[in-house]
Amino acid sequence: MTRKQTPSQTVGPYFAYGLTAEQYGYDFNSIAGAQLAVDAVEGERIRIVGQVFDGNGEPVDDAMIEIWQADAQGRYAHPADPRGSNAAFTGFGRAGTGTDPANRFIFETVKPGRVPAPDGGEQAPHINVIVFARGMLNHAFTRIYFSDEASANAADPLLALVPGDRRATLTADREETTAGIVYRFDIHLQGDRETVFFDI
Amino acid sequence: MTSDTQYRARDWSSHPPYLHPDYRSTGLRGPTRPLIPASQTLSELTGPVYGHESVSPLDHDLTRNARVNGEPLGERIIVSGRVVDEDDRPVPNTLVEVWQANAAGRYIHRNDQHDAPLDPNFRGSGRCVTDAEGRYRFLSVKPGAYPWGNHANAWRPNHIHFSLFGPSFVTRLVTQMYFPGDPLLALDPIYLGVPEEARERLVSRFSLDVTQPEFALGYEFDIVLRGPAATPPQE
Repeated sequence: MTRKQTPSQTVGPYFAYGLTAEQYGYDFNSIAGAQLAVDAVEGERIRIVGQVFDGNGEPVDDAMIEIWQADAQGRYAHPADPRGSNAAFTGFGRAGTGTDPANRFIFETVKPGRVPAPDGGEQAPHINVIVFARGMLNHAFTRIYFSDEASANAADPLLALVPGDRRATLTADREETTAGIVYRFDIHLQGDRETVFFDI
Repeated sequence: MTSDTQYRARDWSSHPPYLHPDYRSTGLRGPTRPLIPASQTLSELTGPVYGHESVSPLDHDLTRNARVNGEPLGERIIVSGRVVDEDDRPVPNTLVEVWQANAAGRYIHRNDQHDAPLDPNFRGSGRCVTDAEGRYRFLSVKPGAYPWGNHANAWRPNHIHFSLFGPSFVTRLVTQMYFPGDPLLALDPIYLGVPEEARERLVSRFSLDVTQPEFALGYEFDIVLRGPAATPPQE
């Protein structure tokens, strides 16, 4: 090892015209947005909806959420996954919390399949999440698991590392609405319900 | 990169803490509980892939990518460097996104209410992809300093925001590049949140080699991402 990591700094309050320009109406195309489930993507359509709350329980209006997930067959669109993914699915989404009146992030995606675990078994279906915000000097890693996957969740190796009374912070609740399947996933940066963040 | 390669951990002697009281906003936004250590799985060893097809020809040139009726005002600069891992191996074909204030210290973001002029010919955001040697290069104008509400008479040093993916989900980095000799660095709680020995890694170097005669001053800024661990960690 000859060089040391470049330190992290906050994304600050003004990332939108650089990182999420289309969502915020700035004249610059975006590499990614909140719509992952384009027409050609196979799988169960789901919507992930949530807010980011600060230590006072107030919604954060200048956070950015990124998600990274496998396709419905549990395959990642990345060279390290030799199976590839179904072609139209990049697996990556990005949304700021500053355009929705309630400061929600809303991702339209597909429910991911099960992904291989290092021990040769399978992980429970999950979505990988990064939280950025003004006031966060480092981004924070977390995961979304699904409330209707109780048996898979109970056997998931990463969830097993989380104290039982905090696992609920990682589980999105499924709701079948007239507009489709919605999973609610709120992120609490602090407080009694502080979301579990990982050092990975 | 094989799917069982693990990346080195985040080096917490290089990164700022989540809670840094001098930067007031951390008080309600920094996670307070210890992070839970977890091993890297296929979910972390993969990550978003954005290569050259994600970038348009003017995306790297902030002096040209938002012109309306002329050139943006300010001191033209070239910012270039290498994206490498901790073993100094290049990180090729990785997306680098940047955003910054204009030369007067004003962001086009609608929430920026600083009483300094917008520049109709400058947006202040761009992107590029590193080449086979990990090199990137942007053209811009030097961003101005601007006041913020953290404490009385608080001013942010001149800086450019950087966002990088690297080869996997765990190599993601968002940071800020500063300029050499800026007197505001010694007063800036965001910069000072970084452990002292690591701070200088955020300060670019003036470079006459990068400077283009009769055109623009050059600054070099290398970015070091988490690299593959030499041997897989023993469980």
